[in-house]
Amino acid sequence: MDIVLQQLVNGLTLGSVYGLIAIGYTMVYGIIGMINFAHGDVYMVSSYLTAIAIALLTFFGFESFPIIIFGTLIFTIIVTGAYGWVIERVAYRPLRNSSRLSILISAIGMSLILQNYVQISQGARQQGIPTLLSGAIRFEVGDGFVQITYMKLFILFAAFLGMGILTYIIQKTKLGRMCRATQQDRKMASILGINTDRIISSVFVIGAAMAALAGVLVTLDYGAFDFYVGFIIGIKAFTAAVLGGIGSLPGAMLGGLILGLSEALFAGLISSDYKDVFSFSLLVVILIFRPSGLLGKPEVEKV
Amino acid sequence: MSQENILEVENLVMHFGGIKALNDVTFNIKRGSVSALIGPNGAGKTTVFNCLTGFYKATGGSILLNAGNKQTSVVKVLGEKFKGSDFINPAAFAERVKYKMFGGSHLVNRAGLARTFQNIRLFKEMSVIENLLVAQHMSVQRSMISGILNTASFKNSEEAALRKAFYWLEVVHLTEFANRLAGELSYGQQRRLEIARSMCTNPEIICLDEPAAGLNPSETEALASMIRVLRDEHNTTVLLIEHDMGMVMNISDYIVVLDHGEVIAKGGPDDIKSNPKVIAAYLGAEEGEEVSL
Repeated sequence: MDIVLQQLVNGLTLGSVYGLIAIGYTMVYGIIGMINFAHGDVYMVSSYLTAIAIALLTFFGFESFPIIIFGTLIFTIIVTGAYGWVIERVAYRPLRNSSRLSILISAIGMSLILQNYVQISQGARQQGIPTLLSGAIRFEVGDGFVQITYMKLFILFAAFLGMGILTYIIQKTKLGRMCRATQQDRKMASILGINTDRIISSVFVIGAAMAALAGVLVTLDYGAFDFYVGFIIGIKAFTAAVLGGIGSLPGAMLGGLILGLSEALFAGLISSDYKDVFSFSLLVVILIFRPSGLLGKPEVEKV
Repeated sequence: MSQENILEVENLVMHFGGIKALNDVTFNIKRGSVSALIGPNGAGKTTVFNCLTGFYKATGGSILLNAGNKQTSVVKVLGEKFKGSDFINPAAFAERVKYKMFGGSHLVNRAGLARTFQNIRLFKEMSVIENLLVAQHMSVQRSMISGILNTASFKNSEEAALRKAFYWLEVVHLTEFANRLAGELSYGQQRRLEIARSMCTNPEIICLDEPAAGLNPSETEALASMIRVLRDEHNTTVLLIEHDMGMVMNISDYIVVLDHGEVIAKGGPDDIKSNPKVIAAYLGAEEGEEVSL
């Protein structure tokens, strides 16, 4: 019993992180129909930026946790957002009207460039940051206990806050309205005077910002990272996006949570060695019964 | 540049590979008129519209739009190729770089030209009212921060946008459908919504591509009176492509006839009706019949 509860808590935090990264995949796919393979590496860049921000803040003598965490979040989100903007501007926009395949190759190239650039500039060894927030809440359950660290609580709170703000932006604000219009019919949106290039750029910035939020949270929790850390989590987040229905924003969040929860439960109850096998098999099974994902709309072939 | 003409199209040429879709098309549209662009199928009418609205980048010629107290060259804002003279004149060079980087068809709409499509292109997954709001993004308070914080100025501008959207819903008789998804509306309603959405961008000239296609006679009648309302009450110039000759002759002040990418006649409805070249183009010249130029 206590293991199940413990793994539910772990899975929820893991899933919310997957969800945050999956948002970047799903929004970009929704608006220009490409898989941004460099997104996982944007996440990786944000872990390095987290370490840099923390180092800078402690260097200037800030000690308290709230200042460090908010300073780090703001710095990382802004700089990672700038990365997202530059990547779109340099690697994808010139290929906007060419075939889908070339833009995909460009994305893979961008991913390799980011990995190697970080490897060369930061070194290939694993890096780490000190634990900033320690301590935990413990609940006695039967003869065992469930432990929720403050960091995990913070991750949950920040991730759901981020998703909430994003949902509000997309559903209620003018930028969100323009994003949805561009997603449904880009040419028509530009005929109505919407600068679609700018909207696409802002979607990349939003996706990168969400990845940055995830990067800060995970880095603060785990403490260790290297230049390759974006690959596996990027694949997992992409799986989450497909699971929820790629192109659908609530789908990405839901897919992330489902993937994180099932992975954690499987690891805790059956075998942690086969948890990746389980999560990808889950994807296969769901795609067999719902080919467009959980919340995706099936594409109706017009005859 | 004359203020009398809202739109001046000169020697417009559009090539698709070796096919000359448009060849030296020249016409002017007077401010406050209802004008029609007619011609047999494949004459290049929609191509003219696509060039006007920046959907296509014209191969040659010029399109000048005199709206919003300034003159806009549609070809220029889409980002032209560099010319030799640009490298001598830094100002012209800078302007061309600017439009190459930031230009695009959205600038044509911002200059005051709106259009609808032959096949309906609404945002089907948004509600009717959202379709109208998204067209007004230029007038709504810009900043995302003010949207999140819901500041007073943001609320006011949102309210103004809503008022305008509902005004146009009333004009096209769709008020009761405001919160339905646009994709759920019937065909005729979607057509009317598309016109309302275009009007929400505050255009000075609106281009309607076959607005009466698929409408029944009474709906066509209602459409004709709506077009008159656009012109008379909103000072909007209307340019339309239409195959319903009854409607065209009824509401147009000025007609341009295209055939095989060339203008074969221009003038009022009565001149056009009796023009032998137009009759020949529509009915085909009979063998041996002399069709004078």
